[in-house]
Amino acid sequence: MTVRIGVFICHCGHNIASTVDVEDVVEYAKGLPGVVYSGHNLYSCSQEGLTAIKESIKDNELDRVVVAACTPRTHEPVFRRACEQAGINKYLFEFVNIREHCSWIHTKEKEEATKKAKKLVAMGVAKAALLEPQEEGESDVVPKAVVIGAGLSGLSAAAALLNQGIETHLVEKEATVGGILRDIAVIGPDDVDAQELIRSLTETVEKSPKAHLHLSSRVTELKGFIGNFELTIEGEGKEETVQAGAVIVATGGVEHRPEGEYGFGELKGVITQLEFEKILGSGGLGARRIVIINCVGSRQPGREYCSRVCCNASLKNAVRVLDANPDAAVTIVHRDIMSCGTAAEELYREASDRGVRFVRYGLDQRPEVSTDGEQLVVEVFDETLDEKIELESDLIVLATPIVSPDDSSDTGKLLKVPRDKHGFFLEAHVKLRPVEFATDGVFVCGSARWPVSARECIWQGQAAAAKASIPISEGKVVIEAITAEVDPEKCAACGNCVLACPYDAIEIIDTESGRAAKVNEAQCKGCGTCVAACHNDAIQQKGFSSRQLGAMIDALIRATTEVAR
Amino acid sequence: MTGFRPTILAFCCNWCSYAGADLAGVNRLQMPTNVNVVRVMCSASVKPEYVIKALSQGIDGVLVLGCHIGDCHYMTGNHRTAKRIPLTAKVLETVGIDSRRVKLDWVSAAEGDKFQQVITDFVEVVTGLGPNPLREVRF
Ligand SMILES: Cc1cc2nc3c(=O)[nH]c(=O)nc-3n(C[C@H](O)[C@H](O)[C@H](O)COP(=O)(O)OP(=O)(O)OC[C@H]3O[C@@H](n4cnc5c(N)ncnc54)[C@H](O)[C@@H]3O)c2cc1C
Ligand code: SF4
Ligand code: SF4
Ligand code: FES
Repeated sequence: MTVRIGVFICHCGHNIASTVDVEDVVEYAKGLPGVVYSGHNLYSCSQEGLTAIKESIKDNELDRVVVAACTPRTHEPVFRRACEQAGINKYLFEFVNIREHCSWIHTKEKEEATKKAKKLVAMGVAKAALLEPQEEGESDVVPKAVVIGAGLSGLSAAAALLNQGIETHLVEKEATVGGILRDIAVIGPDDVDAQELIRSLTETVEKSPKAHLHLSSRVTELKGFIGNFELTIEGEGKEETVQAGAVIVATGGVEHRPEGEYGFGELKGVITQLEFEKILGSGGLGARRIVIINCVGSRQPGREYCSRVCCNASLKNAVRVLDANPDAAVTIVHRDIMSCGTAAEELYREASDRGVRFVRYGLDQRPEVSTDGEQLVVEVFDETLDEKIELESDLIVLATPIVSPDDSSDTGKLLKVPRDKHGFFLEAHVKLRPVEFATDGVFVCGSARWPVSARECIWQGQAAAAKASIPISEGKVVIEAITAEVDPEKCAACGNCVLACPYDAIEIIDTESGRAAKVNEAQCKGCGTCVAACHNDAIQQKGFSSRQLGAMIDALIRATTEVAR
Repeated sequence: MTGFRPTILAFCCNWCSYAGADLAGVNRLQMPTNVNVVRVMCSASVKPEYVIKALSQGIDGVLVLGCHIGDCHYMTGNHRTAKRIPLTAKVLETVGIDSRRVKLDWVSAAEGDKFQQVITDFVEVVTGLGPNPLREVRF
């Protein structure tokens, strides 16, 4: 069979093109067997890029498409859809990863990276030539969801799911709900009563007959797939197995405790912002002269990020101090004030108007805290005045970032979802697939993925719930056509595959060509374990057949010789 | 052996090790250019025949990477990988292929740094072994 393969190499802006010589790879691909078109796009996944691919499919009468770009784990659906729209079965599409697996990891080796990109493209083209059109099956979805973490994000997600009538398990490791907001009275910048907010969300959850609140509990095991997860929940002396169609991670963050910095843990009167929130909430503030130091433990080597909520919390608390005691003297020692948004910017102005003093410091000249036994003093080099000043204070508040909880690596491992270098969870794609993990049916929201404001926790909780409810309300998920298939002619009915299959999806039956194995498609998860167990090459996984993989090996060998020339 | 750049084939399962490789990319972890990744759904779908084919045709080293034991997306798939691949290496040893040219390891979706380490170490080992002796027959 002659094929007409089109190859599209993506620049991904500079992401690929600054390392890989894209035009060179395009030229190379033109000479590969079966290729009738080879071109490049600045951003293949943009509307423009996709239109170009679709037009090229028509103009060049392509019947196979290879895109060399980023990762199939995020972008395969985008290109498969484009193929479908241009009239090609979406299983006739092959993805080649030259970004994560090439340009990004070989940034200083342009020549070798270009050679490698050629080899990877050659392998993709070889596989594409042997792809076959496939039809997809369907499987039922368990109409339930599990939300892990009952802070503001998790509660918002659970409430949104329950409001849609979806049975929801909310799992919280502590004995009470609320997360960080347990210790906060007022949420800035618009002064929302935090306890009232948590109370009303908790009420929605508790009143719903479809809610299951598991306090002092943890998810200890997760198996299965979108639509059919099976989770073990342990806690309160019992162990329970629950089924769910979708899982939402809302495990939040914790306030960083800056042991040893600025006298924290050593000097009386040096506390964190969250401790300050507690004091303000209880109305027991005695101190008059207060210095709040921002960016303690953030925006510096090792923890480069801005925690985003601290500046606003400092402004909120400065104003609250003045509300309670107009004679108070509040100084905010900061690096920059990040008060984005109208309400927060107004709060900043209000704080300045009401006499809150702002002193800017630089990383190279951090403030110093000392005491003569009675009196706390903050010594800081004021960048604006260009001189050192001393601030006598009764209370020093350290605004530290939200950090990922210590056990988030366990959560990550349990759910098999990735985290960034600071321990926060990584979504499938920041821009294109917010709140989704690359693993279908698993979602993330709130400070578990990045320090966010209360408002964003609610948005993201609701967004995750909305996305989780899609498969649940559709009731079916499409089964990717990567299931296994037996050629009864080749099958010796030995039963090796039957034993190998982790899902009991294979049985030996009578067929026209005698006894042979048969795969039950609805039960098959497409792992391919059976394929490697068969000694007769009689069982093949769609999209990963031994001919296709063999062709990739041959192509790698051929391409290695070619690019070495 | 100066200038020898081995050609290496790596099979990565979709759920853990391919994702770990993606994470290494996202974090811009730099590593040698020798390794070419083939995505498979589970490490257990890697037929010993692929490893044998690759090595007997001159590929210098084959990596099989899967989820950690207990973490396989298909429950027990990688239990089989854990038996098959070392056995394949042993069989290849009997026909004169150094078993260090075949490596099985586990890389989770969160272990971009481990992916970098495994790749870097394996490239070093295979570079040290020199070209696959069967390369002459094929290339
Ligand atoms: C000092 C301070 C002041 C702030 N002030 C403001 C403000 O004025 N305005 C504003 O908008 N925002 C403010 N924020 C930010 C805001 O409070 C947080 O971003 C928000 O509360 C985070 O909610 P969350 O649900 O995402 O996470 P969290 O509140 O951290 O909740 C996560 C929950 O998950 C639970 N959990 C964790 N791991 C597991 C597990 N493995 N299994 C089960 N349960 C688990 C935790 O126990 C916790 O209950 C402030 C933050 C701080 C630290
Ligand atoms: S592909 Fe996996 S689930 Fe499907 S029949 Fe084979 S072993 Fe079973
Ligand atoms: S392992 Fe192969 S030959 Fe044996 S029953 Fe399964 S498909 Fe048939
Ligand atoms: S899915 Fe990774 S080893 Fe099975």
